[in-house]
Amino acid sequence: MLAWTIYISFLGALALMLLPKGFVRAARVLALLVAVAGFAVTVAGFVEQQSGGLVTVARVAWVPALGIEYHLASDGISLTLLLLTGIVAITGILFSWNVEHRAKEFFAFYLTLIGGVYGVFLSFDLLLLFVFYEIAIIPKYFLIAIWGSTRREYAAMKLALYSFVGSAMVLIGLIAAYVVAGSRTMDLVRLAQFPFPVPFQMWAFPLVFVGFGILAGLWPFHTWAPTGHVAAPTAASMLLAGVVMKLGAYGCLRVAMALFPRGLDAWGFHVLGFGSWRDVFALLALVGILYGAMVALVQKDFKFVIGYSSVSHMGFVLLGLMTLQQIGLDGAVLQMFSHGVLAGLLFAVVGRMVYDRTHTRDLAALEMMHLGKVIPFAAATFVLASMASIGLPGFSGFVAELQVLIGAWRSFPLFAVVAGLGVVIGIAYTWRAMQKAFFGGTTQAVETTAHPFPPISIPERIGAAILLAASITIGLYPQLLLRVIIPALHSPMFDGLWKGSAR
Amino acid sequence: MNMLPPISFLTALPLVGAAVVLIFGARNSRLARGLALAFAFFALAVVLVLWHRFDPAFGGLQFEEVHAWIPSLGVEYHVGADGLSLLMLMLSAIIVPMAMAASRQIEERASLYFSLVLMLEAGLFGTFTALNFFHWFLFWELSLIPAFFLIRLWGGPQRATAATQFFIYTMAGSVALLLAFLAIFLCTGKFDFIDLAEMARNGQLLPALANGLAWHRFTAEKVALVLCFGAFLGFAVKVPLVPLHTWLPAAYAEAPTGTTMLLTGTMSKMGVYGFLRVLLPIFCVQLRSARTPLLWLAVATIVLSAYAALAQRDLKRIFAYSSINHLGYCMLGIFSILRFTGNDPTLTTEKAAALSGVFLQMFNHGLTAATLFWFVALLEKRSGGLRGLNDFGGLRRVAPAFCGLMGIALFSSLGLPGLNGFVGEFLIFKGVFPLATWAAVVSVLGLLLTAIFLLTILQRVFSGPLPGKWSRMPDLTTGERLALLPALVLMFVLGVYPQLILGVVNSTVVQFVQQLKF
Amino acid sequence: MIAFSYLELLRLALPEAIVVVAALCVLSVDLIFLRAAGTRLRYSTGVAISFAGCAAAVVWILHAPQSVNVLDGMLVLDPVAQHVQIAVLILTMLTVLLSAGSAFTEHVSEYLAIILLATASMMFLVGTQNLLVIFLALEFLSLSLYVLAAFDKASARSAEAALKYFLFGGISASFLLFGFSLLYGVSNSTSFAGIAASVRSPLLDPLVAVAIVMTLVGLGFKVAAAPFHFWAPDVYEGAPAPSAALIASGSKVAGFFILYQVMAVGLAGSEGDMARHSYAAGWVPVVAIAAVLSMALGNLVAIMQTSVRRLLAYSAIGHAGYMLLGIVSHTNQSFSALLYYAITYALTVLGAFGVVAVVEEATGGDTLADFAGLSRRAPVPSFCMLIFLLSLAGIPPLAGFFGKFYLFSAVLASTPGSLGLLWLVALAIAMSAVSLYYYLKVLKSIYVADGPNASAIRVSVLRQAVLCLIAVGVVLLGCAPDLLLRWL
Repeated sequence: MLAWTIYISFLGALALMLLPKGFVRAARVLALLVAVAGFAVTVAGFVEQQSGGLVTVARVAWVPALGIEYHLASDGISLTLLLLTGIVAITGILFSWNVEHRAKEFFAFYLTLIGGVYGVFLSFDLLLLFVFYEIAIIPKYFLIAIWGSTRREYAAMKLALYSFVGSAMVLIGLIAAYVVAGSRTMDLVRLAQFPFPVPFQMWAFPLVFVGFGILAGLWPFHTWAPTGHVAAPTAASMLLAGVVMKLGAYGCLRVAMALFPRGLDAWGFHVLGFGSWRDVFALLALVGILYGAMVALVQKDFKFVIGYSSVSHMGFVLLGLMTLQQIGLDGAVLQMFSHGVLAGLLFAVVGRMVYDRTHTRDLAALEMMHLGKVIPFAAATFVLASMASIGLPGFSGFVAELQVLIGAWRSFPLFAVVAGLGVVIGIAYTWRAMQKAFFGGTTQAVETTAHPFPPISIPERIGAAILLAASITIGLYPQLLLRVIIPALHSPMFDGLWKGSAR
Repeated sequence: MNMLPPISFLTALPLVGAAVVLIFGARNSRLARGLALAFAFFALAVVLVLWHRFDPAFGGLQFEEVHAWIPSLGVEYHVGADGLSLLMLMLSAIIVPMAMAASRQIEERASLYFSLVLMLEAGLFGTFTALNFFHWFLFWELSLIPAFFLIRLWGGPQRATAATQFFIYTMAGSVALLLAFLAIFLCTGKFDFIDLAEMARNGQLLPALANGLAWHRFTAEKVALVLCFGAFLGFAVKVPLVPLHTWLPAAYAEAPTGTTMLLTGTMSKMGVYGFLRVLLPIFCVQLRSARTPLLWLAVATIVLSAYAALAQRDLKRIFAYSSINHLGYCMLGIFSILRFTGNDPTLTTEKAAALSGVFLQMFNHGLTAATLFWFVALLEKRSGGLRGLNDFGGLRRVAPAFCGLMGIALFSSLGLPGLNGFVGEFLIFKGVFPLATWAAVVSVLGLLLTAIFLLTILQRVFSGPLPGKWSRMPDLTTGERLALLPALVLMFVLGVYPQLILGVVNSTVVQFVQQLKF
Repeated sequence: MIAFSYLELLRLALPEAIVVVAALCVLSVDLIFLRAAGTRLRYSTGVAISFAGCAAAVVWILHAPQSVNVLDGMLVLDPVAQHVQIAVLILTMLTVLLSAGSAFTEHVSEYLAIILLATASMMFLVGTQNLLVIFLALEFLSLSLYVLAAFDKASARSAEAALKYFLFGGISASFLLFGFSLLYGVSNSTSFAGIAASVRSPLLDPLVAVAIVMTLVGLGFKVAAAPFHFWAPDVYEGAPAPSAALIASGSKVAGFFILYQVMAVGLAGSEGDMARHSYAAGWVPVVAIAAVLSMALGNLVAIMQTSVRRLLAYSAIGHAGYMLLGIVSHTNQSFSALLYYAITYALTVLGAFGVVAVVEEATGGDTLADFAGLSRRAPVPSFCMLIFLLSLAGIPPLAGFFGKFYLFSAVLASTPGSLGLLWLVALAIAMSAVSLYYYLKVLKSIYVADGPNASAIRVSVLRQAVLCLIAVGVVLLGCAPDLLLRWL
């Protein structure tokens, strides 16, 4: 039944393409209905599946001669990310309610992207996963190139090429794994259990991990992210930072770490202080956390602050993955969900609520506008989103980052301390952005601006409410997701991971 | 009422109220204020019911609720109230409506203001009943954020700096607290205060720390000291203890009066409560080893703040420093208990006395300080914003009721026998004298200085020549007198019959002292 | 003298005969009946007859499949070869349909007839394993294609293209002939079986080495592999659209088929090896070098193109590089992968040229600027172009992606126990990643940019239908590749 999330999205995109030109209202409503339907299916699937174990949704032979199947299944990790996709999809459409220029094409590309993302999270055949992964690249390009803002064509091309290079790297590893395993099957679970030779895993793992890591914002391959996020229209930024970056992290976990767990083992020798790929990637993740935070601290453009903060938060996900501790991996998956929701919220405020009205993202200019008084709803939403993004308890980020830090402490104590420093810098840049954008200017009473901004519309309010509710719900009751994530990480697929370096 | 879990209900009530006020009071500030007051009184009623149903003979936790929350992190939903918690709940429930009543002049975005106050109340209720660190920290932060915004959005001219300073100090303290408890969790796997206290009593805490955190040169004792220091910082900022107090005068002065009442009446008590509930049970050994420096800190707090108050010209700042001073007595009492007394029964009694005094002082100071700030607000309203010491004079003649009632509050703060302020301070000194004589002696200086500046206020503001511009100053209206009446009556009642409170908290005090085990 | 019944031969070669007859019919009908009619009617009639002829040939092949090897390898038919013939016929049918309505020439029947003759020659090329017949068929094909390239008499470019094509073709034909004669000299046989038997030896005979290189020059020219590609950009740019389409599609398929046959079957035993750690001399290293050069040159130079036709030409060189990998790893699986890739590539490129024709007729040029804003002016062809270019880039779920995946898997799997050819595959995937850039440039122009002219372009229903059909085919073959795989 969960497969319908994919089909509904693609059918919706097709229906939108066939709509005659000029029916902007109908396009929006149709897109929203499709997104809501997809989310409803996801929730139904989540409720139905009490445990976090693997549940097959569809399994048909696709190319029997090559052992490729059309195999869709879901476990706890998939369900969590499906929920995330549903939430961000709906709110993305709500925040794009004001798109007028070529609206139906916008929503058609959007729904295609959503369908592709649903597909990645549901695929349990490696080639099928790759197919959906690549399907997601092209709509991104068009969404940014046509409806974006600053330097959009450059940003779109950069994003598409980086993603494609990443997926090319994954393809090499994928084909190599397929061939080494006998060219008989592409089933993820069977491949995960296949004993690939250790030397093979030693180069296949970093290749595939970096390939997926590019999309996840692994430092230093993250440079597409800030440019891309800033150039993209709001809904696309929300999807990009919220969901698409998680595709990369998901791939790191589901493919690279599950298939080539021995690639994380110690090399037996040390180079520059590193003794294994695990050390290398943990350090890169840590650098990402710090670098993203420090660069965000000095940005003059509001959206760039959020863009770099995305890089920083994704660093937590990758660090969590590299801890190879149960608690660290839980935290990583939970952080995927949490940051997905929060990134969506932050970009929504910056892009839709502020930029669409003020037409500037320069913090110095925004400081003069007393936005705290003029659009108080946006200010309040941003304050709450900032609190969540800092990692204040009561919001989803706290539990996730806490788990990652505890896991990191057990594996790389020094890194945990430095990551904590990253959190503190996070408080600083969030604070600075909030102060400057909304509560800046003199403290005297303000006269209303000559051109009052349009008030925050109903779709924006609903969207913000949905995202905040999601973050607060998981913040107060993270067990809702943890009860499916933890069993999923113990499925046979990840056996190789726990046998070796993990605890 | 039997079916509802009382503490969860109590904590959720202001949150619901905040939402209701925000939604329904959006356009109408009077409606917002009315709804907020209604919820605050409802909460007060619930606390009174709890007070009534509390069993004074039993010194442990009552109304306990335990549920699983995040098993993988060892986090449980564990709340409960003993005498101390109940006392603090009562204090909060009383101060919040007072603060709301004092905020009559807030017109701009009143709904947001009152909902923030209600959220703060929820934060207070949650903190005072939390028994698991996660829950505690959640509500600790939940009280910080509304306070920040209350100062930032409705405060005086220097509010930006004051709010930022407040935020940074308290946040830094919170971070230290969080890190300390994370470290404890890493070593022991527990976040629950009761469990951790038990481990500390049984001597299991140090070995656990040694297992988890021992690095080459650090022994378990040193690690425990570091962690204790971290947690100490978190609470010391809140109280505040010198030298971490510099945020307080600016924050109290710039905040709108209702907020200042909350800050001084309740939020500062969170710090003291934290010492009693968290730090003392878990880290008593470590604190004991640092007893003398801590006593010095307490004494310094008492004396230096009183001295500083003398130099102030702004009424609000005087009372701010006075707050620091009064809480210094609480800290003096707490630190004096740390002395190792073995099984000596007299000294155990002295400890009980000191602790009772601390409890009382917490309540009484909250009440008195809040009332004093309220009077300052009323004065400000009449003077058009002026509140300097030298701006006034001879108001006794034009506003006799004002002078009289404020005088009561001032004398209570001074510690005049017959009013509530005396009992707490007396008990504290009674207990501290045998336990830490020199500290008690030096602190008397604080008492003297307090008397000086408080009497100075009386003299400068109420007696002396009357400047012309104040000759038409209106006296207290009937409404204001009625609003102030409960607080003042309580001051008298508690001054004459402190058993009202002591009867309820006594068994808790005894249990505390017993559990300290030295 | 080998005795053989000519009737039997005719029966075996009936499909080719049908096509030739169709060509003659087109000529005669036009000459006899339609002298006075307008160009459009004559073209339509010619198209109808050509279509019918090809269709009849397809039907005959399906109805009477053969598996023979006659006359010392001169006519060799097996299921795979026949299916490739069907593919060639279908490509021709589509080319002919897409060319309907072209206005670049008055000599419509001659044009169509030569197309059909080229098709017949491709069918012969595919159905043989004898050097002589290969050379004949190849020359037949090349001559037809030279003429087709020159058909637009009003365009100097067309003439230039054809001349270049002819000169290059002539030179490479001579190389080919020289190589073939060396092979004959070494083995005293013109059939693959005979040659393979003689050439099989652990050490590479220098004469055979020279023969290999020469042969590769000749055949490499046909498939536009670097460094024998110099004709391709000019021909793709100058020839009239249907001609370029046929050159890019049908002749590629036939060319690769025969290249594989010559190398893997004819020169079996002297392959050599190009796997990392086990190098051996043979034709494999030579082909591998050509593959690397093609992939690198084709993709990197395509980046700088502003003319879409030249871009397609350089991309064709790149794709030829990938397909040469299928020959480097000479297993059955890689052969079937190669054929899948070649057929789907041909289909896609055919469609792309169809769209280019639409644009050229509307704007008069084929630069990126001419494509600007096409998505608003002609939504259906634009969407088809989206499918075609993404398939060429290798984006799933389109046929191009599966072709690449299958081909690269087959190449890697060809060295059991080790991943010797990994370096080649990695290079191929890397170049494939580069290719996305220039395909996206075209798509950017179509979808993102705004053109100077915003008026709708009228495209004939037939053309839109054919383009949609090809697009559907590309998508279908990508989503359900089994449909084609079981025929290979």
